[in-house]
Amino acid sequence: MNFLDLIWLIPLVPLFGAAVMLFFGRRLSKAAISIICPGAVGVSLLLSIAAVIQLAGLKEKIHQVTLFPWLPLMKVDMAYLLDPLSSVMILVVTGIGFLIHVYSVGYMGHEGGYYRFFGYLNLFVFFMLTLVLANSYPLLFVGWEGVGLCSYLLIGFYFNRKSAGDAGKKAFIVNRIGDAGFILGMFFLYQLTDSLKFTDVNEALRSARFGVEHSFGLLSLTALLLFVGATGKSAQIPLYVWLPDAMEGPTPVSALIHAATMVTAGVYMVARSNALFQLTPETSFIIAGVGAATSIFAASIALVQTDIKKVLAYSTVSQLGYMFVAAGVGAYWVAVFHLFTHAFFKALLFLGAGSVIHAMSGEQDMNLMGGLKNKIPITFRTMFIASLAIAGIPGLAGFFSKDEIIWQTHASPLGSNFFTVVGLITAAMTAFYMWRLMFLTFYGEGRMDEKTRHHLHESPKTMTVPLMVLAAGSVLVGWLGTPKIFGLPEFFRGFEGWLEPVFEPVKALASEGAEQPEHAFEWFMMGVSVVIAIGGIYVAKYMYTKLRRDQRPSGGMLYPVLLNKWYVDEVYDLIFIRGLSLGGGGLFAKFDREVVDGGVNGTAWTTRFVSTVSMWWDTWIVDGLVNLSAFTVRALSFPVRFLQTGLLQSYALAFVIGLLAIFGYYWVR
Amino acid sequence: MQSHILSIVLFTPLAGLLVLLLIPGQNKFLIRLWANIAAALGFLVSVPMLLSFDRAKDGYQFVERADWIPSLGVQYLIGVDGISLLMVMLTTVMGFLAIFSSWTSIKDREKEYYAMFLLQQVGMVGVFISLDFLLFYTFWELVLVPMYFIIGIWGGPRKLYAAIKFFLYTLAGGVLMLLGILTLYFQYAQQFGRYTFEIAELMKLNMPLGLQQWVFWAFFLGFAIKVPMFPFHTWLPDAHTEAPTAGSVILAAVLLKMGTYGFIRFSLPLLPNASSDRTIVTILATLSLIGILYGAFVSLVQKDWKKLVAYSSVSHLGFCTLGIFALNQNGIAGSIIQQINHGISTGMLFLIVGVIYERRHTREIKEFGGLAHVMPNYAIVFAIAMLSSAGLPLLNGFVGEFTILQGAFEANKIWAAFAVLGIIFGAAYLLWLYQRTMLGEITNEKNRGLKDLNWREWAVFVPLIIWAVTIGVYPKPYFDILEKPVAQIVHRVHQSANMPLAAATVVPPIAAEARVR
Repeated sequence: MNFLDLIWLIPLVPLFGAAVMLFFGRRLSKAAISIICPGAVGVSLLLSIAAVIQLAGLKEKIHQVTLFPWLPLMKVDMAYLLDPLSSVMILVVTGIGFLIHVYSVGYMGHEGGYYRFFGYLNLFVFFMLTLVLANSYPLLFVGWEGVGLCSYLLIGFYFNRKSAGDAGKKAFIVNRIGDAGFILGMFFLYQLTDSLKFTDVNEALRSARFGVEHSFGLLSLTALLLFVGATGKSAQIPLYVWLPDAMEGPTPVSALIHAATMVTAGVYMVARSNALFQLTPETSFIIAGVGAATSIFAASIALVQTDIKKVLAYSTVSQLGYMFVAAGVGAYWVAVFHLFTHAFFKALLFLGAGSVIHAMSGEQDMNLMGGLKNKIPITFRTMFIASLAIAGIPGLAGFFSKDEIIWQTHASPLGSNFFTVVGLITAAMTAFYMWRLMFLTFYGEGRMDEKTRHHLHESPKTMTVPLMVLAAGSVLVGWLGTPKIFGLPEFFRGFEGWLEPVFEPVKALASEGAEQPEHAFEWFMMGVSVVIAIGGIYVAKYMYTKLRRDQRPSGGMLYPVLLNKWYVDEVYDLIFIRGLSLGGGGLFAKFDREVVDGGVNGTAWTTRFVSTVSMWWDTWIVDGLVNLSAFTVRALSFPVRFLQTGLLQSYALAFVIGLLAIFGYYWVR
Repeated sequence: MQSHILSIVLFTPLAGLLVLLLIPGQNKFLIRLWANIAAALGFLVSVPMLLSFDRAKDGYQFVERADWIPSLGVQYLIGVDGISLLMVMLTTVMGFLAIFSSWTSIKDREKEYYAMFLLQQVGMVGVFISLDFLLFYTFWELVLVPMYFIIGIWGGPRKLYAAIKFFLYTLAGGVLMLLGILTLYFQYAQQFGRYTFEIAELMKLNMPLGLQQWVFWAFFLGFAIKVPMFPFHTWLPDAHTEAPTAGSVILAAVLLKMGTYGFIRFSLPLLPNASSDRTIVTILATLSLIGILYGAFVSLVQKDWKKLVAYSSVSHLGFCTLGIFALNQNGIAGSIIQQINHGISTGMLFLIVGVIYERRHTREIKEFGGLAHVMPNYAIVFAIAMLSSAGLPLLNGFVGEFTILQGAFEANKIWAAFAVLGIIFGAAYLLWLYQRTMLGEITNEKNRGLKDLNWREWAVFVPLIIWAVTIGVYPKPYFDILEKPVAQIVHRVHQSANMPLAAATVVPPIAAEARVR
């Protein structure tokens, strides 16, 4: 069977699952739902694996399937594209997506709206797969908006909580701000290359028509606008604010959408557009700068958070920052590599946190945890592995990818020592806040109340098995991208080689400055980052196991600032929501009522006034004149009226009198 | 038979109206039933027209011509091209759904109510198929009357104010438009020595730019008030808010489109020099952009559910007029598709308000909250309508908005940059509305016992949802139908001499400025 021609089925199967939930979900039993929805993603996973294997056998590792035309005026089709980059993405989405679906069967078992949850989750997988399999920007945008919608629905899953509704709305609107940039970026790209298909765009951009843009011009602007879209979806400064709030959603959602897949869409998009970004060193520098700033900024907030999921949320923001640093310095394969390893250990951390919360009867405050090590051993062990991985302990996934990023900030011609330093500091902070989380949660005395303590229990198999699979991944997947200086066989550097067809031309450009081998220095850097990681863990251990609460350094003035997340939310709320939006809206509404309608009503009033005056004029002047003339005639005729009585006798009398008078006159004369 | 297909479409509602008048007023069930049958027939007879329309042909199809007032050169001249075809279909579908949705909500003077709707249907179809300017004007004014009564009799508490405001506004616009029409009419007589209102003939006129501009502004007032464009929009929220649900649906879905249709059908081809005059285009585009953002901002602060939807119309129609005055294929085709989309989405949103109004007799947003708990299906339908209105891809709104934005971008990048902000606020006011009404706990005890959608309400929503999805997923047939007529208009506008905007349709040759040596 040719699975390459069936890649359109990969997103469609989960869509089918979502449709079943929409139409029949309410009537289906939980058991049926638990088979259909994870099953749909499972089928997608198998299809993906089969297609990727066949892709690997192709000489030219690219395959497109066109279904039907979509936006004819812009020559955009409903068409899917499988290449090494999208294969990595679909394997992550379906693989980790499948595990999280299985986990959710256990996690959401006691919740209402079971069918709704799985319907949304399947719908999400459909859109995410559309995003990564799209062969053009507009179709990518379909998935882009679609995952945003599912994220909105799933964050607001507990929709009777106002905070959940608020968080969902915030996520959607903040993402829309990024989308506005993305849309404009697409238009510029279309103007430049006369197409929005990836293959055409890349071909055009790599042709001789375009050269590297050394000052900020049209290409840089285009790239920057696309990056604005990425900052929204991938939660970078200044649009990261929605992600921490998104933790209102159920924990499997945080793991799938807000750690492993959706939030990496921006990184994917930048990697996908590498042909553009390679021409725009200015914008690439901005990307690396924003990534670096975000990584250290978010890590600083994660240092003091007490909600277990909030720590992980800021950690995700910070790790996404790392990926953008890598993309910004032109090391696209490293960005994707970190995306890949991060998907494993961060999904594991979230699912582990979910298991902790599950055990703690829903409590998320780490100040009320402690000593869970032996109560939930599988959760503890798997999270232990993940925390080592994210801290960058050698041999685990996070070490290889993060270390490669830090190395690239130094080695790449687009890099800068500034990024290296920020990367190392952030690595120290990461080790610290992750192990602070571990020590607060699993070590020491239990600080929960009696009822919760009594209720502590390890999660069911459906939840722990995915944890173990992900733990295995967190150990192993890093070995696909070992540094060259390790001198291991080609297989252990397979990740870079696999992605080469997508990024190859970039490298040619990025390493124009001919890389000098600096083996000794690379070993040294590696040593530094390992020391930093271990140091961070040790400090956390010292502070949270040796010191009592009141002995710990308070952080002074900085503590409330960090705890309140640098007050960014408050400032945004004041300026953009209360100020511009509602203030502006109120002002305009008033303008409508008082000026526009005022004008209209004023005209009406004037009309009425004029009418009244006319009426008065009519009554008193015009009619008055008419009446006056009538009156005058009447007045003049007044004496005559007495004569004209209409009585024949009077006339006869008058006649006789008159006659007598005439005769009398002549007689007297 | 075939050749009279348009007349049949036009007069079926009228025939239905005449029969309706014969039914005794006390027999309410029969009146309702017949009105629905007549409206359904009105839709069914329009289907063969759609099927036998040949999209490959240039010019008008199903043309019928007869003398009406020969001494004045007025003809009964009707015909459709791709643009009017879509508008007629929109009218027949929404006309039927509007009548169907009134089944339980209208309880007094039903005979008059349905009569008004059928009469209005005749007027609206007439507007979209007239190829004679005076015939067009007749239908244009005919539409006013039933809507005046629909708002004034079956409307809300401030119905009289709203009805009169609506009537005066649109009448004022109409009268100025008539002046414009007469100018063309006499100009034609002067140049060609005979009198006619036929649009194809009037297009042969050769008028100086100055005169064209005068006529353009006269038309502008007529059309802009109808659309409505900022700052002529304030009749709309009042009319919408006070009108009964079906009235709002028709008003939003079809009546407003008469304005945008007027721009496309008359202003652009008849006055190509004025329509492409830089000052005029800039003014129109600016007003459109103001409308987009202004409507969205004002929507944000509305306390009345229906008024919010009404203001959102101002924003959406801003997109439509912006597309028109981008004066290129993307802009105009996108605009027409968006007009249909607006009919579907906003029609649905008004129906959604109607459903709740019928149950609770209030539209205050703060009266509601948590409705998703008691009315889950209603919440789903509302969500789909909201997303379609907010332009989510794979639903109809996105296709229109995206194409318009692309058109605007080709014409002037600044326009696109401002218009794109509209989609942010569009999401904001809709999601906030949704949150305040549907999500959260039920805060008002009165909402606890509300019934979910009944089958009749489902029957109204389902076709609209299907329509929205098909446009969103497969819009190609619409683009195909519009391709020729829109290209013709674009060509005509750009071919006229002294065309400062000629460059706008042509995609700039691969930006040379991007090349760095």
